[in-house]
Amino acid sequence: MSIGIVSAAYISASILFILSLGGLSNQESAKRAVWYGIVGMGLAVAATVFGPGAGKLWLVLIMFAAAAAIGWQVATRVQMTEMPQLVAALHSFVGLAAVLIGYNAHLELVAVQHMDEAARAGLTGFAEVLAHKTGVEIAILKVEVFLGVFIGAVTFTGSIVAFGKLAGKVDGKATKLPGGHMLNAGAAGLSLLLLLLYVNGAGMWALVLMTLAAFFIGYHLIMGIGGADMPVVVSMLNSYSGWAASAIGFTLGNDLLIVTGALVGSSGAILSYIMCKAMNRSFVSVILGGFGSTTGPAQEIEGEQIAIDTDGVASALNEADSVIIVPGYGMAVAQAQQAVSELTRKLRAAGKEVRFAIHPVAGRLPGHMNVLLAEAKVPYDIVLEMDEINEDFPSTDVVIVIGSNDIVNPAAQEDPNSPIAGMPVLEVWKAKQVFVSKRGQGTGYSGIENPLFYKENTRMFYGDAKSSLDKLLPHIN
Amino acid sequence: MKIGSPKEVAAGEARVAMTPESAKQLQKLGYECLVEAGAGTAAGFTDEAYRDAGVEVVDSAASLWERADVIAKVRPPENAEVERLNADKTLISFFYPAQSKELLEFSAKTGASVIAMDMVPRISRAQKMDALSSMANIAGYRAVIEAGANFGRFFTGQITAAGKVPPAKVLVIGAGVAGLAAIGAATALGAITYAFDVRPEVAEQIESMGASFVYLDFEESQQDGAATGGYAAPSSPEFREAQLKKFRELAPDIDIVVTTALIPGRDAPVLWTKDMVEAMKPGSVIVDLAAERGGNCELTQKDQRVVSSNGVTIIGYTDFPSRMAAQSSSLYATNIRHMLTDLTPGKDGQVVHNMADDVIRGATVAHGGEITYPPPPPTVKAIAAQKPKEKAKELTPAERRAGEVAAFKEQTRFQITLLAVGTVLLLLVGAVAPASFMSHFIVFALACFVGFQVIWGVAHSLHTPLMALTNAISGIIVLGALLQVGAHGFMVPLLSAVAILVASVNIVGGFLVTRRMLAMFQKS
Repeated sequence: MSIGIVSAAYISASILFILSLGGLSNQESAKRAVWYGIVGMGLAVAATVFGPGAGKLWLVLIMFAAAAAIGWQVATRVQMTEMPQLVAALHSFVGLAAVLIGYNAHLELVAVQHMDEAARAGLTGFAEVLAHKTGVEIAILKVEVFLGVFIGAVTFTGSIVAFGKLAGKVDGKATKLPGGHMLNAGAAGLSLLLLLLYVNGAGMWALVLMTLAAFFIGYHLIMGIGGADMPVVVSMLNSYSGWAASAIGFTLGNDLLIVTGALVGSSGAILSYIMCKAMNRSFVSVILGGFGSTTGPAQEIEGEQIAIDTDGVASALNEADSVIIVPGYGMAVAQAQQAVSELTRKLRAAGKEVRFAIHPVAGRLPGHMNVLLAEAKVPYDIVLEMDEINEDFPSTDVVIVIGSNDIVNPAAQEDPNSPIAGMPVLEVWKAKQVFVSKRGQGTGYSGIENPLFYKENTRMFYGDAKSSLDKLLPHIN
Repeated sequence: MKIGSPKEVAAGEARVAMTPESAKQLQKLGYECLVEAGAGTAAGFTDEAYRDAGVEVVDSAASLWERADVIAKVRPPENAEVERLNADKTLISFFYPAQSKELLEFSAKTGASVIAMDMVPRISRAQKMDALSSMANIAGYRAVIEAGANFGRFFTGQITAAGKVPPAKVLVIGAGVAGLAAIGAATALGAITYAFDVRPEVAEQIESMGASFVYLDFEESQQDGAATGGYAAPSSPEFREAQLKKFRELAPDIDIVVTTALIPGRDAPVLWTKDMVEAMKPGSVIVDLAAERGGNCELTQKDQRVVSSNGVTIIGYTDFPSRMAAQSSSLYATNIRHMLTDLTPGKDGQVVHNMADDVIRGATVAHGGEITYPPPPPTVKAIAAQKPKEKAKELTPAERRAGEVAAFKEQTRFQITLLAVGTVLLLLVGAVAPASFMSHFIVFALACFVGFQVIWGVAHSLHTPLMALTNAISGIIVLGALLQVGAHGFMVPLLSAVAILVASVNIVGGFLVTRRMLAMFQKS
């Protein structure tokens, strides 16, 4: 295949990728969008494999076959509730690949530089590109390699930690080594120093040392971010994996890699921005971990949490005309989405208006709740986002809060000293009655007391969300 | 002590201040109960029923006034009745002390204690004895029923085989208790109901009853209703003009008007003028609940039902509660009973006139030969003062336009700054970097730009699929490994192979998962 055809294939692939991302603007066109992505990827890979500069087709095919088998297994076996950790795990692969490719680029560069003129003339592929580079270009190339490896390494360990936190294998609390951000800053400074050394002729050792420093930054940075902020972290890592691909694209002089990496990078960046805005936090404060310092003692909460049993909830639901369900991470943990869907179906069959209110940061991944509800076949047109539904709470009879805490915390509006003050929240307490399905009296991920639970119109429906709802279902007529 | 209720002497008054039901409760407080023969007949309570409840039925008014220590009645006493009072007696009734100065002086001279049910302060604790509210509630309901009886059409809109019936449009002016009750009754009958009140804070109450609040286009800091104990205060002439203008605008469309606007201690304001009546459709009905005090409608005649020259019926009855005497008597009797509960702290049948009590002090207009009206302001504020609400200001088109222009300019400035900074940076890079780098860099910058533009449009609920999809697409990094795998030697192909493996897992897994997720989204 000639360079011309490969370029044409690359152009098609870029356009398909753009269409694919743009197609996600609504649910119907999204189904088509995935196919654009798949076709684009197929075109790009095929053009590269059969294009100039490739080789060892047998090795490539073996790897593809193995990867397809593993990918298929993972993707079909995984539970919908495990989606966040899967996405995080997959990000780490991209990071790892970026590190390896960066190393290769260095190795080839060294190899090419040691060849004589005659040998250089016989080179093909990437090595051929390297052979024709001038001094300045080589310097730029080294910076690109260095950046690609650095971002890739941060993405790699960061994603692994995020995966561990989301899967519950690592404690979700924000933990930092003594020294905190100074350690990160030190590692980053070391990396910068190594970059200067590397560009000025230092060998592989500089690259490896920097990789270790970057591994540490990725690990320590994400360890220092609490579980509640994971949605932002995941989309941020998504962005990093894109920038890593882009940096590698510069190294290899491959425009498709640059374009696609930039698309992914900017999409992740915007997603992180949207998430942060929804939490009323600055991106920097999320990344640096922990909540901003509070300015005074939190408001005292008066009253007590009043429990209610299944019959009480059932009779309130049977009398209600309008119901809003506010799901949170607890629903995902308890795998209660099927029970929620069944409850919705029954209530709707009884002629009641049932809607879902989704906070932008509900769950551990952007749009997490939407995916779970969709899995349980809750029609998406009754699933509304915060801005669409917040005004409707005062006219609602019953609100059921299932496993969410901070996103329905009135302290965000009422207590200026609260760590979450100013964060937009779902105003569930304005409804006539609120039931909170919750495992116990503990606080949520952010560790903040929730005055909602003490309000007069709030009743606590203790127990695992799934078993509580299963008990509730037979009582709904 | 003995409590007695005489037969009302006012013509047409059917209510009675004691019912057999309330008498039983009063007896539990330790009182003996007396009632004049035939006092409850008009309200549907027979003498027999009173006797069954343990009430002594007294033949004449004279002997009842003679024997009872506490006299409970409905209407303010007539002069002949006041003459029967003495220092040992307590009278409980409506009194309207502000309008009946002479009667008040006359009553005070007798030395009797006079408790005016219309002077009960409006605080939460006293709600159970707020007879004005319970009567107003009945009046509001009855006003709509009375309007319906005089309105030749349905309230509710219907589409029938015999033709389409438009729903009646009802305007309620003054959203006090009577007004709110009228709104409730009118909406329950199916009418489209509008309501107006000078106190903007009642808009919420109006809307809660199912009517829409008629907003005035008027800039004035309205006096907070909380300052006047929840009652309306007189409004400025400018405000009144704006109000009348709005009503004039509404008049041709409205089928039924219920006016309930009263200001404590004053004549009723005229809010529905002659020309508004003339603008209304023939067959329309106006019910004026303020007729007693001159009426809100210019053409209202007290206690009369009149028809205007253009066929609009104007009802000026003042006896709406009396027209539902059974209901109003039982509510009023309950109010009286609650008042006596407060007056009898020992439950021993002895009245203790505690002038330190806000409620009793407020309602007492004469005590121990002195006039005790008006009372000092109560120590408990009736209603929490309203927090000034931040109203989203209705912008005029010009202001909105100006705002848009400003925002546009702001945006333009921002974008130009950004572009300028970006260009300078690019030029700096271009000055040192070789051409081959710059060509790639152009591609990179454009791709970032496209990415930013595209992602803003992604639906919120699709953020997780977006993440999975971009993750799959970021597997494009496999291209890098593919380009390197052909190299000579051992190390580079090995590392490339591993890179191909992990990147491909990412691609396959990412796309499959995305497809799985998207397949689940379905419409109801």
